Amino acid sequence: MSEVKTVENMVNIKIDGVEYQAVEGEYILNAARANDVFIPAICYLTRCSPTLACRICLVEADGKQVYACNAKVKEGMEIKVKTPAILEERRAIMEVYDVNHPLQCGVCDKSGECELQNYTLELQVDSQNYTIPDTKRETQNWSSVLHYDPGLCIVCERCTTVCKDMIGDAAISTTKRGGEDIDKAFKESMPKDAYAMWNKLQKSLIAPSNGTDQTNCSDCGECIAVCPVGALVSRDFVYQSNAWDLKRVPAVSAHSSDGFAIYYETKPRSIEDRREKIFRVTNEWNYVSLDGAARFAYDFENEDAIKDEAAFNAAVEAFKKAETIRFNSVITNEEALMLQTLKEKMGVKLYNPEVRAFQKFLNHYQAASGRLLWSTDTDAIMKRSDFVISVGSALRNDSPGMKYAFNNVQKLNKGAGLYFHPVADTLIPSFGKSVECFNHKPGLEEAALYLILDLFADAQMLPEEVKAYIDSFKTSETKTIKEKVDKTVKEMVKDEETGEEKEVTKKVKETVEKEITVEKNGLVNLLGGDSEKFADAFEKMMKKKESFSMMVGEDLYFHEKAENIAKLIALIEATTSIDIVMAPPKSNALGVALICDLDDEATGYTVGYNENGDFRLSALGNGDLDMPAMNQQEGTFTNMSKRVVPTNAALPYGGYELNDLMKVLVGAPELTIDWTEMLPEAKGYHAVAFDDLPNRYLNNGTEDRGYLLDIASTEVALPTVEKFEESAALEGEIAYRCNPARQFNDFTDKSHEIFEAFGVYASPAKAEELGERVEIVFDNGSIVMDVIADGKMEGDIIKVSDFRAAAGVYDLFGGSRYKNVTIKKV
Amino acid sequence: MGLEQFKNRNVGTQEYRVLDLQESPKTPMAKFVQVAKRTFKGELFVGLGVTVREMFNALFRGQMHTVKYPLEKLPISPRYRAIHEMLRLLESGHYRCIGCGLCEKICISNCITMETRYDENQRKEVSEYTINFGRCIFCGYCAEVCPELAIVHGPRYETASEQRASFSLFEDMLTPIDKLSLQQEYDGFGSVSPNADENIKKTPLAY
Repeated sequence: MSEVKTVENMVNIKIDGVEYQAVEGEYILNAARANDVFIPAICYLTRCSPTLACRICLVEADGKQVYACNAKVKEGMEIKVKTPAILEERRAIMEVYDVNHPLQCGVCDKSGECELQNYTLELQVDSQNYTIPDTKRETQNWSSVLHYDPGLCIVCERCTTVCKDMIGDAAISTTKRGGEDIDKAFKESMPKDAYAMWNKLQKSLIAPSNGTDQTNCSDCGECIAVCPVGALVSRDFVYQSNAWDLKRVPAVSAHSSDGFAIYYETKPRSIEDRREKIFRVTNEWNYVSLDGAARFAYDFENEDAIKDEAAFNAAVEAFKKAETIRFNSVITNEEALMLQTLKEKMGVKLYNPEVRAFQKFLNHYQAASGRLLWSTDTDAIMKRSDFVISVGSALRNDSPGMKYAFNNVQKLNKGAGLYFHPVADTLIPSFGKSVECFNHKPGLEEAALYLILDLFADAQMLPEEVKAYIDSFKTSETKTIKEKVDKTVKEMVKDEETGEEKEVTKKVKETVEKEITVEKNGLVNLLGGDSEKFADAFEKMMKKKESFSMMVGEDLYFHEKAENIAKLIALIEATTSIDIVMAPPKSNALGVALICDLDDEATGYTVGYNENGDFRLSALGNGDLDMPAMNQQEGTFTNMSKRVVPTNAALPYGGYELNDLMKVLVGAPELTIDWTEMLPEAKGYHAVAFDDLPNRYLNNGTEDRGYLLDIASTEVALPTVEKFEESAALEGEIAYRCNPARQFNDFTDKSHEIFEAFGVYASPAKAEELGERVEIVFDNGSIVMDVIADGKMEGDIIKVSDFRAAAGVYDLFGGSRYKNVTIKKV
Repeated sequence: MGLEQFKNRNVGTQEYRVLDLQESPKTPMAKFVQVAKRTFKGELFVGLGVTVREMFNALFRGQMHTVKYPLEKLPISPRYRAIHEMLRLLESGHYRCIGCGLCEKICISNCITMETRYDENQRKEVSEYTINFGRCIFCGYCAEVCPELAIVHGPRYETASEQRASFSLFEDMLTPIDKLSLQQEYDGFGSVSPNADENIKKTPLAY
């Protein structure tokens, strides 16, 4: 397993005469940062490949000038950050960056947090020696959220780097600037690196990589986050506020289950209206990359809620007569614990279909593997894995963190990837050359797991019957293939002049027929692949691979054979060197799954918390009693990395909270966060007070947020797995319950910068066939939806959004994410 | 001068003279006579005469020495810091404020607030601007920090009002467009120093 690599070998280095320890193989820049030594750098992003665009991180290592961002530390290395020659280079570089940079810091959105400003001051640039005629550059809007002002762009390429290496969309790239050539005289007079950097800068700008003026991407806005200057700004934020006016509230993204660390940035909304408003969301982009929902879905607060006593009393009554509480995963650990307490003390049922399937799956997994939770997380995958497998999740839609990790492994770790999913996605193969996609029929997820066992499992450890079962799919057949062979032919040639005969050897190509035995793997073919081609491809993929990991997605929890699948995953974990990570369906699904004892169905009078019910508690402002939204309350989440992370209230809230109801119903401590230390220790939670939870990243990239769950594990025997049925594969019209990227729940839907519509997403061809609006008929009901073409989808399966709780899409799909449906045009 | 004489607090040894005070009258009649004598001495009319003379000079000979406030006000030093003014560009008449927010940031009594937006011409527009004069301490930092000489201190020093907090909006402080020709360049706090040119390093231009 990966333990070998986790014991990191440290080397001793000297920076400016002071001794430090650094991780072997680390770049000088990162080693310096980890030791709190400052080396200026603009273009480098910690988890992406070095761009070498800015050249400002120039240092002297063992007497040689190197770029700190792509030179690795060695034992005994002596590094000088400042030498006269380097300082001259750096100053020249900063002067070049300032050439023709508009002097509009006064209005620029980045002013105050601008790296160009900072480094210009840091390197004391107080005069300008270089000059070149400017090029006309006009502002553009790349998408519904991206605003690009090329006039301010310094072409550090951080945006293109992060989009390619981290996000995976590769939606932007450098383009021709059409600038004038640099005056020849400068070549002699200016420092070498500064000239080279200027030469490149003068030739390029950034543009959407698809050749149009609109990006075709997931609108995650990570390019905005990494832009060191004011060139890339969210369209909504342009000229809205200065950086220094905003108050930063550390929080956790409330939408995807990644639990990304974010900052809500607030200030009073206007002169007349002094209520706080969230103006934007920022992140520690060196250590965490956000998805579009985390960055742009921030204004979902329950405004103007007041303490409505009548509603409160009604709520108390409703709880008293409730048989069921229905809720979803947009809930903190503390609130989940409150609901669980209600269940224990009042005997209500807790109904949460979103999490229930996941919880069951985890239980099966625990029974089969002896471990409470999975073994790795996306950060660890990015750090060391070089082979990733994704099963059962629509990576682009379900789990942005997994998508980033999958892509990052391809780009940075020279990795390979296997992607098993029924819905073909054109983006996934673009992550890297060694990505193989299997677009199998829904229902054959077990076959995919068997294939993984076949490919990776240690044959010694595998139970005999499993081995036999896998082998039963293999056939070998003899095949005659035609091969071109070079053949040496000897010929006698008569020299025309001398008349002598000479023997000449000639090479002639000849086609021969050859018989070979071909191993055919029925599993590959069953999953829609070509066994022969795959065998070749897989051999290449496996070259020099050491660390394997697998991502498990929601499809597998919502599956008729979920128990068998959980066992197969446990078997994979036990018999291969693959580390597993599972994506909780949404938000705090993991927290709910661990804390709450959920029931299978709702009966009788139901109180809905952000869900349908006879009495509705709602943070959306449309219920019978107002509740605080996620950006209005403090508490903790349990995220995909098995970490309990604290989130803080960014906006004030004037109404009642769940804890107030608890006080009346069963008695409760003063504050919601007083529940934090009561989280169940049996499930790995610690008895730590909310205010003692750290929430930061260290300079070396260590995530110091909250705490990691203790994962209990016991030794268990290898699980006995069942065979799968090929007939379980779905045929015909299939609907897949899947949200568009950036949409997760009613809260993302409420946010004004999220534009993805509630509807049926289909490949362009299918969308054309379906028309504008369709009725999708399930066994237990139907829904009428708009059809939206998704250019990155292929095939006939349609994706049905589920983010509006009121639409009841969960109920239509029931225990599965795939359903046979009838589609009628409306 | 030394401080010795002040430090000597021994009263007895210093040179005090006793005033030559006459004996106070004893009888009521004598008291009345003393009061009458002192009241109706001719000196009263000497003083009155001076007053009447100066009044005459002021009213009829044009030698008025007082200012007819509030009808008339004295010119005030450019360095005086009274109610703010927002200046316009003389050429275009557009207001100078670019909405950089520096005055808002530097304000030590937190009395400046502004709202900005992205306007139709792709420029930053100041949509609202206000100073809370109930809190302003007229320190002049805003005028000093302003990179555009847009916000300056004007000479309007009458700040009494019925309530402590009175607000001023952008339009109130902005030079009226019809009085643009009367707009004075400000040379008080925060204005360009007379030797500014000497301190500037020129940026080379390739045009």
